[in-house]
Amino acid sequence: MAHLEVDLVAADRKVWSGEASMVSAPAADGDIGILPGHAPVLATLRAGTVRITPTGGEVRQVRIDSGFLSVDGDRVTVVVDSVDDGSATTTAR
Amino acid sequence: MAGQQRVYRQRIRSTQSLKKIFRAMELIAASRIGKARARVDAASPYARAITRAVSAVATHADVDHPLTTERAELRRAAVLIVTADRGMAGAYSASVLREAERLLDQLVEEGKEPVLYVTGRRGVSYFSFRHRETARHWTGSSDAPTLETAREVVDTLLAAFLSEGDDAVGELHVVYTQFVNMVSQTPRVVRMLPLEVVEGVAEVGTEPLPLYEFEPSADVVLDALLPRYVQSRIYSFLLQAAASELASRQRAMHTATENAEELIRTFTRLANQARQAEITQEISEIVSGADALASS
Repeated sequence: MAHLEVDLVAADRKVWSGEASMVSAPAADGDIGILPGHAPVLATLRAGTVRITPTGGEVRQVRIDSGFLSVDGDRVTVVVDSVDDGSATTTAR
Repeated sequence: MAGQQRVYRQRIRSTQSLKKIFRAMELIAASRIGKARARVDAASPYARAITRAVSAVATHADVDHPLTTERAELRRAAVLIVTADRGMAGAYSASVLREAERLLDQLVEEGKEPVLYVTGRRGVSYFSFRHRETARHWTGSSDAPTLETAREVVDTLLAAFLSEGDDAVGELHVVYTQFVNMVSQTPRVVRMLPLEVVEGVAEVGTEPLPLYEFEPSADVVLDALLPRYVQSRIYSFLLQAAASELASRQRAMHTATENAEELIRTFTRLANQARQAEITQEISEIVSGADALASS
């Protein structure tokens, strides 16, 4: 099965990177969900939670305040200004 | 004569303690430099992602944004000068300031009025000693700049650039020290604003950029991207300057340690000479005394 290469970067460090089957992020006018094979998109993000479903892992939820998301082929880059450290934990769903 | 010897011994002792201080500072700088370089590396994925996104927008949309527009009617030009908080780093701050002076002269020649923004205590004291006004300065974190500092700097500068009032500036130059590698750091002048968005700004590679959809629209995305782009550039300048500062400090302290060793060697030699001279003199006094007794 195809999968997404996800990079979640904050201004001063890389927060998470790896393979995922789905990413959902709070885009400026409504949440956006990315599955493998998504069209290239550049979206601005508002405050909310980014959910990453890694292949064969538990869902990761990261609270962000703002940023943007780019999808290019199966590469997803989520760029955020600041990450709530406490929220960058793995949570079972 | 014994006084001579004592003076030398004293100077050897004080040089030895100085040497210990220099050595300690060298080691501190050396240990921090790794951290500083790691921070430069850690910030680069963000910078890459932003640059890529900016060039993606630039290729697809007409870039017409306040940050990219030349404001020719404004004669004021902001100059951000990145210096160190502390000395003991050889010519680090001096060479940044020299480069800055050159830029300032050039701006004045072009009929512009430079407005100074300074980070680092050395730069601040340089300008206040010469009674030259700085618009704003930041001190206290030159060897480990935080993202918050960078944000504050960028917010101030962007506000000045976008302002409509009398305090508006027409361009922004940054003078900082580029960290090339451990032995070479060069002061550099960069014209930051107005941004020149060239298609394919950075190492995008040979593959063409895909046709992006913009969410909600290209303009809004650009609006969000450009300030972040400026912020990431300036943050990376601050980080590089910090790494350069530590590298210069390490080198300066290494040289100082070696000089102290050299001094200690010289003084030891002089002290030995003085001791020997004293002994020789005592012997000749005793011999001549004995001679005088024997001949009487």
